Amino acid sequence: MKKSAFLGTLTAATISAGFAAAGTLDDVKAAGELKCGVSTGLVGFAAADANGVWNGFDVAVCRAVAAAVLGDGSKVKFVPTTGKTRFTALASGEVDVLARNTTWTFSRDVDLKFEFVGVNYYDGQGFMVPNALGVSSAKELDGATVCIQTGTTTELNLADFFRANNISYEPVPIETNAEAQAQYLSGACDVYTTDASGLAATRATFENPADHSVLPEIVSKEPLGPLVRHGDNQWGDIVRWTLNALITAEELGVTSANVAKSSMEAGGNPEVNRLLGTEGDLGAMLGLDKDWASRAIAVSGNYGEIFEKNIGEKTAIGIARGLNAAWTDGGLIYSPPFR
Amino acid sequence: MADLSFVRTELVPQKTPPASEVGVIGWMRANLFSSIGNSILTLLTLYCIYLVLASILPWAISPTWGAASLTECRGILHELGREGHFSGACWGVIRDRWTQLLFGFYPSELYWRPILAFILLGVALAPVLFDGVTKKLLLLTAVYPFLCFWLIWGGSIWLPISIILGFVFAIVIYGIVSKATSTLLGAIVAIVTPIIWWLFLAAPFGNLMQSFIPLGIEAVQSDKIGGFMLAILIGLTGIFLSLPMGIVLALGRQSDLPILKGVCVAFIEFIRGVPLITLLFVASTLLNYFLPPGTSFDLVLRVMIMVTLFAAAYMAEVVRGGLAALPKGQYEAADSLGLDYWQAQRLIIMPQALKISIPGIVSTFIGLFKDTTLVGIVGLLDPLALSTNIRADMAWNGILWELYGFIALIFFIFCFAMSRYSMYLERKLATGH
Amino acid sequence: MTMSNTPNPAGQGFQMSQLLYDTRYRSMTIQIVALILILLAFGWLINNTVVNLANLGKEIQFKFLGEPAGYDINQRLLDYNSQDSHLRAGFIGLLNTLLLAFLGCVTATILGVFIGVMRLSKNWLVARVMTAYIEIFRNVPVLLWIIVIFSIMIEVMSPPSAFRKGDASMLFNESVAITNRGVYIPEPLFHNTLGNIPLFGESSLRFDVSLDLIAFLVVLFAGIYAAMRVKRRADKIQSETGERPTTWWQRLALIFVPAAILLTVLGFHLGYPELKGFNFKGGTYMRNSLIALWLALSLYTAAFIAENVRAGIQAVSKGQSEAAFALGISPGRTMNLVILPQALRIIIPPLISQYLNLTKNTSLAIAVGYMDMTGTLMGITLNQTGREMETLLMGMAVYLAISLIISGVMNWYNNSVKLVER
Repeated sequence: MKKSAFLGTLTAATISAGFAAAGTLDDVKAAGELKCGVSTGLVGFAAADANGVWNGFDVAVCRAVAAAVLGDGSKVKFVPTTGKTRFTALASGEVDVLARNTTWTFSRDVDLKFEFVGVNYYDGQGFMVPNALGVSSAKELDGATVCIQTGTTTELNLADFFRANNISYEPVPIETNAEAQAQYLSGACDVYTTDASGLAATRATFENPADHSVLPEIVSKEPLGPLVRHGDNQWGDIVRWTLNALITAEELGVTSANVAKSSMEAGGNPEVNRLLGTEGDLGAMLGLDKDWASRAIAVSGNYGEIFEKNIGEKTAIGIARGLNAAWTDGGLIYSPPFR
Repeated sequence: MADLSFVRTELVPQKTPPASEVGVIGWMRANLFSSIGNSILTLLTLYCIYLVLASILPWAISPTWGAASLTECRGILHELGREGHFSGACWGVIRDRWTQLLFGFYPSELYWRPILAFILLGVALAPVLFDGVTKKLLLLTAVYPFLCFWLIWGGSIWLPISIILGFVFAIVIYGIVSKATSTLLGAIVAIVTPIIWWLFLAAPFGNLMQSFIPLGIEAVQSDKIGGFMLAILIGLTGIFLSLPMGIVLALGRQSDLPILKGVCVAFIEFIRGVPLITLLFVASTLLNYFLPPGTSFDLVLRVMIMVTLFAAAYMAEVVRGGLAALPKGQYEAADSLGLDYWQAQRLIIMPQALKISIPGIVSTFIGLFKDTTLVGIVGLLDPLALSTNIRADMAWNGILWELYGFIALIFFIFCFAMSRYSMYLERKLATGH
Repeated sequence: MTMSNTPNPAGQGFQMSQLLYDTRYRSMTIQIVALILILLAFGWLINNTVVNLANLGKEIQFKFLGEPAGYDINQRLLDYNSQDSHLRAGFIGLLNTLLLAFLGCVTATILGVFIGVMRLSKNWLVARVMTAYIEIFRNVPVLLWIIVIFSIMIEVMSPPSAFRKGDASMLFNESVAITNRGVYIPEPLFHNTLGNIPLFGESSLRFDVSLDLIAFLVVLFAGIYAAMRVKRRADKIQSETGERPTTWWQRLALIFVPAAILLTVLGFHLGYPELKGFNFKGGTYMRNSLIALWLALSLYTAAFIAENVRAGIQAVSKGQSEAAFALGISPGRTMNLVILPQALRIIIPPLISQYLNLTKNTSLAIAVGYMDMTGTLMGITLNQTGREMETLLMGMAVYLAISLIISGVMNWYNNSVKLVER
């Protein structure tokens, strides 16, 4: 009998409106928190500190969306997801937005029925080898043992690359980055392959990072970005334009330090004013208030600030902007205009 | 001639046994070196123990308790002149994160709540587990599940109270209806009423009372719950909720109603035939499909449901063992007293069968507790998954053995204590012959 | 159930209330109600699933199984490449599961019996160490053991590069290499091979049967059968005349000579592993993920089996061993001939459930990247195709089938050794 009581309570307490009912925006507002799917732990992208506060590049996107919608960047419920559970979590409404370095691919977009709202990191799959191996190109890796992190598109890219170049290899699939790192360092694999950002982050934590190098070949395109469910266009727009607001803010020089001041100055740069809601009312078109973008920027800064704080060159991870520089600096990060 | 025959008139004083037969040496001769084969075995074993200790101790003894990151640890060891990959453990990570491994992300100012719940668990279990404890405590045992969930998840106290009310209704209604009409009708009404209450009225009632008399503690969401607290919670829920289900399944499997028996056997064999991990995958990816559109339980709850179903199948087998171990005379005696099926079960069979099954129940619990390490694979933050999360922090990236060692130690302490208890119980229950 | 048999008084027809109050009909009523409730519950679940899937625009279909998998599997007992279908990948994974379960059960049994007997040893130190072993392994989760043993193997063994530099060397006359990627041992090769028979054509279940292996097994078993016939004849002569002819050399020759001749005819030789490029080439390669799982599962399960064995031995009445000693049988033979055979009957039922546990625990292989069925069908295939319903249901059905087969076989064996009571 205790069983049914337990279920009864919890049914009463936890039944919440799911995907089909009202819009996600209303659900998020009603719940007072944004449910955001992140990785169970990935250096620089999502990790909890000793107090249980989540930080990282992907986490910052969640916080920005929460700030835009709910007015408070801390009102986020982080749901750790694994490679296997992430899509179901999103499809079943367990999370409202998934920011878990997920590669935008055709089948995920079309067949799995998700909507990628943009790209917050342009990545590509690379290889890391110890210098002692004397390898300077991935094409010299015939017969090598390769450690792969599973649950991603990595296995497929790897199989394609080696098949295309007609060389043999021995794949060692590994669930987490930490284990892959241990295997690689002890020489149980010759090569470690995952997204180049992950390689950089892993290499940064080695005792002697200089003994290892990342090979020049990047064997795949990995545009990583947040995604939402198909079908709720308003919600998709909110997440998309929050991301775009962060990108535009960097382009226009709006930072977390000056966002409060910039929004005061009506009559300055008109695009800044439109973005921050001092001119016009773009927020209302999204179903939000005027200050949505300035709140999103205030919580952890613009795109550039987020990048520098979590994975940039000043951090231990030390990733250069590269492809992820703003388009004005020769990168690919580009936002449609706010008008 | 004098009689030369000599008869000793007093006993020769007892000689002390030779030094090789008493004391340490004697003990060693008897227990360690009684034959050549035994001596070789002893020496080999000693050598193995030496090898294990020699490889672990120099690593484990390492003055790095205060370090705040792996780099700092390496620095400390470097100053001591200890270089290399295995020069010493980095215990700073345990100092920094041990509360996280125990409680997950539970707010630190509220740690007293799970601790209190854990202490109360001991008190609530005492009358069940040990003799000579006042049986009045059984009342606490009955209320404990609700108390525990309220303490850990927090929120309004009226919710658990309204749930308990459901049970009170059931008992009261059963009393009234079964006296007025028939037992069967009473039972049916007593089952249906609380279900209606829980489904439709309990939540509004709780909210209503909360708005009149607000009584509650700060609510904590289940994503904050992790580490060993999550493991214990899942294990306990699994065992407590699976016990009634397991009893029903065991009775069903033994009953002579073919359809009921078939259903019970199919359920038990299905659950026991597939790995827990696949059931957890079902909990994390499929369960939402099986529920009405728009329902969404959180993952902790879904995992608890699956673990309960899983444990119920094992529990049914344990209880069935208890039923089988009961002498047939007990059943016959119950029949001869004119008791009907349920009376016989309630008064004669179950109290004895359950008592015999307690060691089995405890070992099922140990198994379940250990199996909670699998929930990390579906994204819950059990101790092992937390260790991955800790390694995702730049300060501790690269730490491996310290975390595994700590987790293994805690698991060992819990499980070892429980298995000792179960052995004590077995000895106590082995009455007579 | 009490069987009160109240006869239906004549003249009174069947009344509806009898369905509830007459014990003859009541059980039927209860069952039919229960059946209806269960069917309703199932219908509800299926209906929910259909509605939910329709909302997501998905449908249950198994077409994806025929599509190319696109990923590679390192350990494969049959040929496979990334262009084979998902079904083939799942099949390869299933074989890996079965291999692991088989290896694990065999070693766990041997280790478990050994440790269980040693635990009762008169040597104080040995008995204590065995107790410590059992407690340590039983009380720590098997997942942790798998990860720890895997990590130890990676950290302690030398990488192939150490062999290149000369820091490590191969064992047994350059024939066995123990690296932290796995163990390389010589493989059997044949100069005049009989070839293979391909079965199931080009389908996903295709596999080749080695005629060499079949020929060898046939000759070996024929030899063993002949040796048994010789032994039986010797037994017969002994019981008739009281004298036993010496036959051990005949029996050995019958088993080994034909097999040896066959191997020579086929041109049997060993292929040794050699360090080439990044890795050893040639020989049979046992990956460390397999070895770690094999070790962890056998050590863990052995601790449980040891406890069953101990309980079984202690359950054999003390009079049995005293009787054996009185007949002058040595302690070792007493254990083998008197105690273990009797204890076996008590040990087998819990042993069955240990085998089942071990088989189910093989699904933890994904923790160390061993590509069993959980790793292929319910792992990468699930991730790549997003067909969680289909893959999980298929996987569970296969595990269920394996479990049922194991318990069926073991129960049959249990019944055959069970003491026939009068």
